[in-house]
Amino acid sequence: MASVLKAENIIKYFYQPEKFQVLKGLDFDVQEGEFLSIIGKSGCGKSTLLYILSTMDTDYEGTLEIKGQHLTGLSQNELARFRNEHLGFVFQFHYLLPEFTALKNVMLPALKLGRYSEEEIEHRAIEKLKMVDMDMYAKKSTDKLSGGQQQRVAIARALINDPAVIMGDEPTGNLDRGNTVRVFDIFRQLAADNKQTIITVTHDPDFANGSDRIIEMEDGRIIGMRKPTEKPYQS
Amino acid sequence: MNLKLAFQIALTHLLTKKKQSVIAMLGVMFGISMFIIMISFMTGVNQFLDDMAMDNTPHIHMYKPVEVDTTKIVAQNDLHPAGNSWYVLQHQRPKNELPKIKNAYNVMAQLEAMPEIEGVAPQVSSQVFYNNGPVQIPGNIFGIDVKKQEQLFQLDKKMDEGSLDDLQKGSDVVVMGKGLAKKMNVGVGDRVTITTPEGNNLTLKVVGIFSFGIVAMDDSRCYATIATVQKVLEKDPSYLTDLNIKMKDVREASAMSAKLKNQYKDVYIEDWETANASLLAGDKIRDILTAVVCTTLLTVAGFGIYNIMNMNIINKMKDIAILKATGFQGRDITAIFLFQSLMIGIAGGMLGLLVGFFFSYLLSITPFPAASFFRIDTFPVNFKFVHYATGLFFGFVTTLFAGYFPSKRASKVDPVQIIRG
Repeated sequence: MASVLKAENIIKYFYQPEKFQVLKGLDFDVQEGEFLSIIGKSGCGKSTLLYILSTMDTDYEGTLEIKGQHLTGLSQNELARFRNEHLGFVFQFHYLLPEFTALKNVMLPALKLGRYSEEEIEHRAIEKLKMVDMDMYAKKSTDKLSGGQQQRVAIARALINDPAVIMGDEPTGNLDRGNTVRVFDIFRQLAADNKQTIITVTHDPDFANGSDRIIEMEDGRIIGMRKPTEKPYQS
Repeated sequence: MNLKLAFQIALTHLLTKKKQSVIAMLGVMFGISMFIIMISFMTGVNQFLDDMAMDNTPHIHMYKPVEVDTTKIVAQNDLHPAGNSWYVLQHQRPKNELPKIKNAYNVMAQLEAMPEIEGVAPQVSSQVFYNNGPVQIPGNIFGIDVKKQEQLFQLDKKMDEGSLDDLQKGSDVVVMGKGLAKKMNVGVGDRVTITTPEGNNLTLKVVGIFSFGIVAMDDSRCYATIATVQKVLEKDPSYLTDLNIKMKDVREASAMSAKLKNQYKDVYIEDWETANASLLAGDKIRDILTAVVCTTLLTVAGFGIYNIMNMNIINKMKDIAILKATGFQGRDITAIFLFQSLMIGIAGGMLGLLVGFFFSYLLSITPFPAASFFRIDTFPVNFKFVHYATGLFFGFVTTLFAGYFPSKRASKVDPVQIIRG
């Protein structure tokens, strides 16, 4: 399997309230079609790491490469274009635009990319909504949907441009058991069928154990990388 | 950059926050409509006063003033035994010189031949006393060429009673200022006696009453034919005291007057700008006032938009972060919010033009109070396309500026900070 994401010696400082090293030199590769979970206690730097991987946070040392493209040092605009085309995001608090319908929310990143015509994009958006079982709510305003429904729309939005990597920051953190299983199943299916790479930060041990690989972090360092079947690291 | 998409998003934002958008729009609307009302009214007043002055003031006035020689006359007293004595004459009096323009009809013909000049109206003027029983009222009588005065200075339009043409129908007839007639308690058909400075008396019949709307003129003036006034003054038919020149283009008056000053040395030449310096200063002051008030109004409207856009952006932080996370660039975000403020600006501006037009129309049909001596019935209001275009343009520019800084700020939002909370 080909490596799709490569991080080398990632170091990150926080300057508020005082200088503090959050990430202390992280190295790892992620393979195509891999379902990767990052776990660790609060404050261990796992979310910080995810936002660096997402290219939104550019204030770090080290190098980041996704799909063979060197991303460290690119301008915000170039990174925005790259994100638009190759990355998808699912956040803990769904983060849909409340003024727009579910369908329009899914369509927006594709309209921005402009690879297809508007009709084509609408057609594809409905396909993606079907995949997360939300197509019957397409025309609904998103603030009328439940939390789980919103999260599924957010996943459809993350998928609209067929990104190589989908990142989730505790995507199931706010969901009940039923919706968590649903989201998990969608991720599994994406990794297996579409060969899309999934990287999620999670607190949920069951969710992590269902993934292909777990990276465990503590105090800004990777303290373990293992298959879910292996015994968890004991400190 | 996908402007259509940015526009769609901007429109959706505005339509979902209708109340806020309408309030922002009203701010611009008030600014622009006040601008339109102010500028229409102020320029209307300026124009009205200019026209009034212009009707009564020739573009160039040529006359012969009584000159005072201020030099001292010094002569040696030969008879004095010392032989060293001088006569010094100070404060010499003017000579008995007539205020007559020499060769006036020739000068007139020369002037009328000039291409820049539309026409010249000749005039004989004199101070006179109007005898009202034992009381004498000082005033002026003007002998005019009726046709030319009508054609160039529209004197016939100022007639309240009678007709200017009646002057030509009889001898020893005058038209009298409204205020003067009131003071004398005379009307059309009555006779008045005038006394010239030389002491000649003449009885004249009033055939008309005029009013300019300027008290100083209506209270002291009479018009008669040139021949009548020459007769009163006992002067020959070549005696003319004033030539009133009307230019084809009023703006060339001062240049023309400078030119004429070189050509005709023995007469005094004054253009209307010099004669109406105080009026023009009034115009300038009103213009400045208009500019200051309008700028203030537009600035306040601009700050309104600035505040609302800033608040809007603070409310939309999450949306901005999510748009950026999904690949929207800084300039897309700028475009979204700039579109919003421009839509507010253009919609508010258009509405402001309509409201401004409506109220200036209302003002233009509102009766003007205390109009008894101004020749005016309603408030003077100008309707000029250029004012409306300027209003819209400034509305546009103000909102562009007011929207630009918040939009720029929005484009700098760091999505990580917002999403991580």
